[in-house]
Amino acid sequence: MKSMNKTLLSAAMAVAMTTSVAHANVSDDKVKIGVLADMGGVYADVCGPGCVTAVEMAVEDFGGKVLGKPIEIVSADDQNKPDVGSAKVREWVESQGVDVVTGLVASSVTGAVTKVTTDNKKIALIAASASNAFTTKACSPYNAHWTYNVVALANGTVKPMVQSGKKKWFFITADYAFGHALEGVASKVIKSEGGEVVGAVRAPLGTTDFSSYILQAQASGADVVGLANAGADFVNSLKTAAEFGLTEMMDVAGLLVFTPNAQALDPAIAGGMKTTTGFYWDRDAEAREWSARFKERHGKIPAMPHAGAYSATMHYLNSVKEAGTDDSDAVMKVMKANKPNDFFAKNAYLRADGRMVHDMYLVNITKESERKTSDNIFNIEKVIPGDQAFAPMLPECEFK
Amino acid sequence: MKISKFNIALVGLGLVAPLVLYPVFLMKVLCFALFASAFNLLLGFVGLLSFGHAVFLGTGGYITGYLMMNTGITPELGILAGTAAAAILGAVYGKLAVKREGIYFAMVTLALAQLMFFVYLQAPFTGGEDGLQGVPRGELFGFIDLSDNMNMYYFVFAIFLAGFWLINRTVHSPFGQVLKAIRENEARATSLGYNVNDYKWVAFVISAALAGMAGSTKTLVFQLASLTDVHWHMSGEVVLMTLLGGMGTIFGPFVGAATIVSIQNFLSGGELGNYIHIIMGIIFIVCVLAFRSGIVGEIQKVIKRNFS
Repeated sequence: MKSMNKTLLSAAMAVAMTTSVAHANVSDDKVKIGVLADMGGVYADVCGPGCVTAVEMAVEDFGGKVLGKPIEIVSADDQNKPDVGSAKVREWVESQGVDVVTGLVASSVTGAVTKVTTDNKKIALIAASASNAFTTKACSPYNAHWTYNVVALANGTVKPMVQSGKKKWFFITADYAFGHALEGVASKVIKSEGGEVVGAVRAPLGTTDFSSYILQAQASGADVVGLANAGADFVNSLKTAAEFGLTEMMDVAGLLVFTPNAQALDPAIAGGMKTTTGFYWDRDAEAREWSARFKERHGKIPAMPHAGAYSATMHYLNSVKEAGTDDSDAVMKVMKANKPNDFFAKNAYLRADGRMVHDMYLVNITKESERKTSDNIFNIEKVIPGDQAFAPMLPECEFK
Repeated sequence: MKISKFNIALVGLGLVAPLVLYPVFLMKVLCFALFASAFNLLLGFVGLLSFGHAVFLGTGGYITGYLMMNTGITPELGILAGTAAAAILGAVYGKLAVKREGIYFAMVTLALAQLMFFVYLQAPFTGGEDGLQGVPRGELFGFIDLSDNMNMYYFVFAIFLAGFWLINRTVHSPFGQVLKAIRENEARATSLGYNVNDYKWVAFVISAALAGMAGSTKTLVFQLASLTDVHWHMSGEVVLMTLLGGMGTIFGPFVGAATIVSIQNFLSGGELGNYIHIIMGIIFIVCVLAFRSGIVGEIQKVIKRNFS
């Protein structure tokens, strides 16, 4: 009897030890996800509270626990300011045990934040930023750039327009990292297709009065005015363009149009405009199912960053599970080895440089007559395979 | 400064604080406390409301950030360069601004600061809306690694003490007495033979230099110099810090800065994040209506009433 007890005891101890060993691989006994987004500014509709909702859904769908440890979410408002965002993330990773940061809208904020996450060896799942810097000149083994980037937008939207004979372009550009990157990449595409950029004007983020910029565009003699801005800036500039009659004189190309912004515009102004997106809720049954759940919680249909934030978080959690640890290097290895496949990520893989390559979609904004419900925003014209949408990997950014 | 037990206790508290609280938060408090103290030298002791003080904070930050990123100098030299740049800018702006009084002084400083804001927005070396990202903290004197938060904290603490000592020394010097005389009655100070504008100018330059030093230090702490630091919101924030803590008191700006930074930190993560500006506004109104001499000013009044 005595020996029996002893055996039981040692067996129990062995079990306890093995479980504690397995669990010791999760830092401070939980996996903590930080969602940094614009909660009340020009990008709030694009990736603000909605991104928090999407990450919450991912955690709930995953079961709330990974490797037997709880998953926690913290969120904060970056106010689209790099100093506010990077200070918050620094605090998260240095003193609050945050393991991974997602959301990340304004490219200026993301640039500052990814410096902090890389210094601290934490993964940044970039769900909403557009600049391609995070996988080129500011590339890092800890960046995973998920939803889309400026190269995909330029290749998707600008290239076919130039090929169809719209050779002369003028840009109205958001005056920070994202706008500069988008204008730069689009200009390159235009030139390589034999077109010409006749001018550009830069408007600060959050500009409300675009009239002087629109007048400059009008006087430029271009075939197409490219709006290299996003969010509320896009809506305001396009509205002003319509008021000044610009839309009747020349083509206007919205280079980055999120569903909530397209929804906010009068279809008489925006109808028929072509743009490129990484996700559309009404694409297939799987996307519709997820989007319906999202709408129920958030009140609006998802924009592509919402879907991207969900997909990235899910892939991260799956990878933590498979790696058996939340150590960033090990998790990243699994993330790059396994292909994400969900309602968002189609024909997708995470490249060694951190670029998530997946199908993109060339869409046009629906006209009044085509809107059966207010949620019918886009018609999908064409699927752009990931390898054509995104630029090839730079050798110096190939992280194994 | 008289080395009282109280002061020793405060320094001791500063030395052990990072063991308990998050060092980067403390460094932020110290940077803003130095900034507010520098501002208070003008507002509290000369009676000049500069409404463009953020420009000095930002200038210090940009110069230090740029030099640290591009020349590989050591951080103490970077901070000195930032401070010097702010002092030079302060000398020019001060010369122009002290010719006017009251609201005109405030407007001139605001206008000059906005001028620089647009320069920093457009100039290629500042990175526009992105700011200067990834400024290296470097190695102090070439051998103390500042990327360690603890090392950085004690460095910042030393800078703060030096700046704070200088302000205290200025206030309690004969020069400081003249400044106070100007604040109380400028015409009388003139009639006593003081060249009032020169005194104001020197005070302005000292204040600008110390604000620049705060900005330089802040840039190293956060490894970032951005437009936020030169925006007029920042100029408003420092007024709030000084008034809340107690204008014209030595410790007031420190208390004000610590309070405001803590509130911002506390609110930024939670549900109340969207209301941060409203809450700050309410605090400001309450402060102006209910306790005009600020937290430290009110405490001093209570002590005076009850213990002396």
